[in-house]
Amino acid sequence: MAERLREGRAWAFGDRIDTDVLAPGSLMKLAPRELAAHCLAAVRPDFADRVRDGDVLVAGEAFGVGSSREQAAVSLKLLGVQAVLAKSFARIFYRNAFNLGLPALRLPADAVIADGDRLAIDYRAGRVDNLTRGTAIAVSPIPANLLAIVEAGGLMAYLKQRGAAQ
Amino acid sequence: MAAGRTLAEKIIARAAGRPGVRAGEIATCAVDLAFAHDSSGPRRWKPLLEELGLSLWDPAKVVLASDHYVPAVDADSAAILKLTRDFARDQGVARFFDMQGIAHTLLPQNGLLKPGMFVAGGDSHSPHGGAFGCFIAGYGATDMAAIVATGETWVLVPETDRVVWSGAFQDGVVAKDVMLMLCRALGMDNAFKVIEYAGPTIDAMAMDERMTLTNMSAELGYDTGLIAPDETTLAHIRAHGGAVEDDALSWRSDDDADFAATYHFDASKLSPQVAAPHSPANADSVRAHAGVKIDQAYIGACVGAKLEDLRMAARVLQGRKVAAGVRLLVAPASTHIAAQAAKEGVLETLMSAGAHLMPSGCGACAGMGAGLLAAGETCISTTNRNFKGRMGHNESDVWLASPYTVAASAVAGVIVDPREMLGAAARDAA
Repeated sequence: MAERLREGRAWAFGDRIDTDVLAPGSLMKLAPRELAAHCLAAVRPDFADRVRDGDVLVAGEAFGVGSSREQAAVSLKLLGVQAVLAKSFARIFYRNAFNLGLPALRLPADAVIADGDRLAIDYRAGRVDNLTRGTAIAVSPIPANLLAIVEAGGLMAYLKQRGAAQ
Repeated sequence: MAAGRTLAEKIIARAAGRPGVRAGEIATCAVDLAFAHDSSGPRRWKPLLEELGLSLWDPAKVVLASDHYVPAVDADSAAILKLTRDFARDQGVARFFDMQGIAHTLLPQNGLLKPGMFVAGGDSHSPHGGAFGCFIAGYGATDMAAIVATGETWVLVPETDRVVWSGAFQDGVVAKDVMLMLCRALGMDNAFKVIEYAGPTIDAMAMDERMTLTNMSAELGYDTGLIAPDETTLAHIRAHGGAVEDDALSWRSDDDADFAATYHFDASKLSPQVAAPHSPANADSVRAHAGVKIDQAYIGACVGAKLEDLRMAARVLQGRKVAAGVRLLVAPASTHIAAQAAKEGVLETLMSAGAHLMPSGCGACAGMGAGLLAAGETCISTTNRNFKGRMGHNESDVWLASPYTVAASAVAGVIVDPREMLGAAARDAA
């Protein structure tokens, strides 16, 4: 995976976007792609229809709070979201995202990103450029062990690489 | 002089085979026990293990339970359960608890947790077992597949927030009220930290109540919740067939450990709490919301249908009836608990009051089992989460409360302070 992601369009959400909103429990029997069609519908019914490949999810505090269900991150990945930026993350979601090769970056409290802003993300440098507003936002660097996982394309790919190296 | 170590740091250091770790370091830990259920486990692990070309690293250290899709209600849930059963058989998982209750309940019920263990669970309420002094956290499916394939995982050594409770609760105030109040006081954004519960109030609690504290540490967003073991802990483990080592009581934070924060609370000042829709953090005193009309009362889930929880409900429902137009559903957290409750007469009390007995499992709490809500309906529930749409329609409302408050509200037909139906007040009314 390239360390600089391609330009993407922001979808801005508030605090405490939970796993039931990302992947509703009552629909968990559905195949991943069908489940993804309901992602965030409880708070934004048109999200799954309108999100495009390469878009970036932007949120406030405790993104992904709630269940351990990995489908919350899987759904975003299947819808083409290439990164999640949030002021803070729930721990399990944070791990799940990297395990699937989806970078999750912590925004500073004063970061300003609105719906539709165009973003360029360099996660290795810890920098997000808001091209619409002409601002540069410093994000917390990704810990080395997670950088290795996300650059391998996720935990399974990382383990296979490591297995092959041994 | 260097500060002492927290309980979390001690367990992680032991599991990592290192002399000591400090908060902020990343450690690779050997997992003592890994567990999952039918939704998060085999159906997700199987393709991932096949992709890696690996099988379980140690089937004796893996525990599986079917609790989310039980009993099957359609061909899809039946297929998930069949896959779980086939996987357990093919991979030689002897500790597969099929339709015996909720995974979090079954671990301590079978004496499988003990102080100092490092445990990985494929469910966010894994902290439930932290009441036994083990480091037990939840993980997603890919993490868990890697854990059951390799027997290890990484951990960012967390800081510890300590909450110290002293004083005695008023009658009708219980551990669930503590956790709802803490959801409001501490918020839900506490990732990469753990919470440790201590103080005379905690020392006086039975294990069922302690598990309510550690269970809902998940709602606070902590990696896990911990309670240092004492004689109550060890007696529970032994009574459930577990072995305890001589040094078990040494698993505790040092007095001079470097806690990130320490909070002090007076139990005698706490009143019954409810969390308004759609977040556990919307907690407030029951009295502030008294009179909200309910359609359903639900007593279920790992956090809210332990034997103590059913006893609380029975104490309120003894000689009373569920209000007309309200349905009360009771799903004991395990079949063993259901049998115990039957033996004690607790089930008879509940059902005489008009309760419906539901299968042991996650049921409506996870939005997968029976007892879901229609648009516009309101439920008061002993469960741990009230996110939008979690128990049914996106336009339904779930209020969280203790078993006392849920049972009392079922009788009143509206949200009510349970103290009005307990003790002197109850006798006066009778």
